[in-house]
Amino acid sequence: MDKTHLTVNGKAVELEIDPTTPLLWALRDHLNLTGTKYGCGIGQCGACTVVLEGNAVRSCQVLVSRAAGKGVTTIEGLSKDRSHPVQQAWLMEQVPQCGYCQSGQIMAATVLLASKPDPSDSEIDDALSGNICRCGTYHRIRRAVHRAAELARKGTK
Amino acid sequence: MFAMTTAKYRASAQTQKDEESIRAFSAVASVLLSPRCLNCHIPGDSPLQGDAQTPHNMNVKRGPDGRGTPAMRCTNCHQATNSSQLHAPPGRPDWRLPPPSMPLVWKGLSVAGICRALKDPATNGGMTSAQLIEHVSDDPFVNWAWNPGPGRSVPPLSHDEFVSRFKEWIEAGAACPKE
Repeated sequence: MDKTHLTVNGKAVELEIDPTTPLLWALRDHLNLTGTKYGCGIGQCGACTVVLEGNAVRSCQVLVSRAAGKGVTTIEGLSKDRSHPVQQAWLMEQVPQCGYCQSGQIMAATVLLASKPDPSDSEIDDALSGNICRCGTYHRIRRAVHRAAELARKGTK
Repeated sequence: MFAMTTAKYRASAQTQKDEESIRAFSAVASVLLSPRCLNCHIPGDSPLQGDAQTPHNMNVKRGPDGRGTPAMRCTNCHQATNSSQLHAPPGRPDWRLPPPSMPLVWKGLSVAGICRALKDPATNGGMTSAQLIEHVSDDPFVNWAWNPGPGRSVPPLSHDEFVSRFKEWIEAGAACPKE
């Protein structure tokens, strides 16, 4: 079996894995990082969104070979104590209903805020429209992104 | 008298050459009008998808460099190769739309309009005739149209035939049909 080296949540890992395995399954089944969810499996829903080199990729579509030698951040890597501004904002705005899509929503929001620290409503809509929420929490998601931007400006971790 | 005959002959030969060129372009246009080409050669900022040419899911936008908007980059979903799964994203390296500075719009144009847009360096990405031939022959995006992944039709001509008719069009003078 081939060996793939990548950095996940700041930690170097070596996986004995078929290089055509989707990153999602490398994270969930090989590294036990189950915060990243399997939704549709065809890159249509956004539940499996993780950050790969600053981009909000759909891990069900990304082959683990694309991540070789690169850095991946999952929901588990945002903070050890839920203190990341986006996590805090999600709690303050009580965003989730069932919660299944929310790790993907949060990861996409962190990527947006990295390049747009004070996004407008339409920039939030553009950035997160690939992350579907069957509970329809979109209005709370939008409020939480604004709140996260505010928390980040104030210096919350 | 002789001069007039020569002029008429030249005019007639030119007309015949133009007709050949236009006939070749009609075949070329049948490819350019396929969903594989038109879905991304769009006016505005929102691409289309599939053979039905419906608006791309997820409110995808062109973005400042043609590669999407923050957190919604094309390559977040489109990988370096096609997905083997039905309804999953097609792929090739650096999946993108034409940039807003040179959007290469064909959708909505007539065949004559596409012909003019294609040969005008101001609207074709600054390409010469030779570069256009090279582009349609070798560009991985062009070639992708004949290997688009499951559930997507391919253009009506083979790639070889398309390139051959494209060269005929250029070599016969790159004439464009009238509206």
